Amino acid sequence: MNAPAFPSGALVNASRFRAAHGPAWDQLERLVGLMERRSVRALSDDDLLKLPLLYRATLSSLSVARETSLDRALVGYLEQLSMRAYFQLYGPPATGWAQLRGFFAREWPAAVRALWRETLAALVLTLLAALVGYLLVRDDPAWFYRVIPQELANGRDPTASAVALRRTLYDSGDGALATFAAYLFTHNAQVAIGCFALGFAFAAPTALLLLYNGLMLGAFFAVFAPKGLAPNLLAWLTIHGTTEIFAIVIAGAAGFRIGTAVAFPGRASRMDAAVAAGRLAATAMIGVVLMLAVAGLLEGIGRQTVTSDGARLLIGGTTLAGWLLYFYRPGRDASHPPR
Amino acid sequence: MRRTRRAKGPADLRRSFVTPEGVDLRLELGGRGARAGAFVIDVLAIVAVLIVMSVTVGLLALAARSELLAIIWLLGFFLLRNGWFVLWETGPRGATPGKRLMGLRVVARDGARLTGGAVVARNAMREIELFLPLSFLAGQAAQGTAGWFLTLFALSWSGIFLFFPLFNRDRLRVGDLVAGTWVVRAAPRALGADLAASDRRRGRTFSDAALELYGVYELQTLEDVLRDGQNEAVATVAATIRRKAGLPDDGDDYGFLQDYYNALCARLESGLLVGRRRADKYAGT
Repeated sequence: MNAPAFPSGALVNASRFRAAHGPAWDQLERLVGLMERRSVRALSDDDLLKLPLLYRATLSSLSVARETSLDRALVGYLEQLSMRAYFQLYGPPATGWAQLRGFFAREWPAAVRALWRETLAALVLTLLAALVGYLLVRDDPAWFYRVIPQELANGRDPTASAVALRRTLYDSGDGALATFAAYLFTHNAQVAIGCFALGFAFAAPTALLLLYNGLMLGAFFAVFAPKGLAPNLLAWLTIHGTTEIFAIVIAGAAGFRIGTAVAFPGRASRMDAAVAAGRLAATAMIGVVLMLAVAGLLEGIGRQTVTSDGARLLIGGTTLAGWLLYFYRPGRDASHPPR
Repeated sequence: MRRTRRAKGPADLRRSFVTPEGVDLRLELGGRGARAGAFVIDVLAIVAVLIVMSVTVGLLALAARSELLAIIWLLGFFLLRNGWFVLWETGPRGATPGKRLMGLRVVARDGARLTGGAVVARNAMREIELFLPLSFLAGQAAQGTAGWFLTLFALSWSGIFLFFPLFNRDRLRVGDLVAGTWVVRAAPRALGADLAASDRRRGRTFSDAALELYGVYELQTLEDVLRDGQNEAVATVAATIRRKAGLPDDGDDYGFLQDYYNALCARLESGLLVGRRRADKYAGT
């Protein structure tokens, strides 16, 4: 950098300092502005090489200015410029593609794997609730109306005939399949995100949501089973349910992780435990939304077009095996601990 | 030594943030008002986009009844509600349009890069901060006054999350807490003009006694007065200094203050070089 001669007779240190280093600050500001507006790719090779030098020069200017200058505007300017430069140099993550690859290859399965204990707990909770729901409705059909909202039941209640029930399992709807799939996906994903966020309240609301989900499941089985339609319902449910229920269970597990980390931080400080749990669980949640998108497609399109029980079971079983293999495949390296 | 003055400010919003080069950037946290403003701007922007999208889809649907349009709308709505904040905050500025307008950005508290997981975590938490109280309110409106006690309980419970930033020193939302982030001021600002530039000096000189009146705090207050350039303030300050220093009024308030600023600044800075920092007028010379 060519330092111009000091302005003759400048009494104040800040004036000389500005004259000597101002051009470097201007240059850095231009480069940082370019990176903020577009990306690091907008810089030429020369600029890229100059960037770290300018950044360090500016940081050092800041240190000097703080100790030797009383010009508050100057110090304030250098502070914000250094900060903006810092976040452009150290802040932005790798390119979009590298991030996506890392997510699918490593982060997502690792996050789900790290949640295995909570996942198991959420699964057990759902199954228990389903059993309770089944027993309740079998003993007293009046329970059905308390568990299932009217619009969800849609005629599938204990008074329905076997023929009517069978029709709900195999009729291919009114044609708006893709719309239905999109609706199911957005609705379920929103519920799953809520399930995750509620975990912060010491996991209790998350557990309640999972229990309710299980209760509804059991109640439906109690309606179909006496008519001899249990296997058919299972096939109807399996095609998308393996993905959907798995996703909801993971969402619950993510909520549990946050709630338990806040309540029982262990050796870490409460803040640190919450942060570690939050980032891990959020990574799993991105995956949950993707899983629910798959489930929406399977439910909205697959289930309505595939009407044979065997094919439904096959598709559902295959996707479940796929998920399990993807998440828990043995031999996945333990050298990348999640977090 | 530098910190002597800070304790007297209102709530201290500066946080230590040391770069790998060993320089403390002393980030300034975003104020509650600025953050609330940013959020309101973002919500308005989302609603505006939603309206534009709905109208477009509606018009297209009139032209051609296609299932695709309904899907686009459903997915677009979902993406807007959940993706708006996430997508903007993972960008190079780390800020939504609202935050940008208010001069804020999101930063990881540990100084590491802002990961996708952190951004998703801080924004997914909005479900309990905002939508939970809202849905309780909606539920109350739907059911009338039935179970007012339960509603009250639910509202105060969800209010804990909503007003969380008011209860902690670092202005953390629940989302910030879980994601390990905080929101700092990051407005780009231009370098103010050099007040001591040599061409502006008129050549007044001051006695030692006149220059010993003030310290750094008063100097920087004078700097603010000069930069604002408001006539009444300039006149008041000039009159005060003249009175204290026993100088005659020469009619040029602004020029007088500038010369006084230069002389005082030069004197205090020369003190800095030999390790004497006179914090304010009460400190000894």
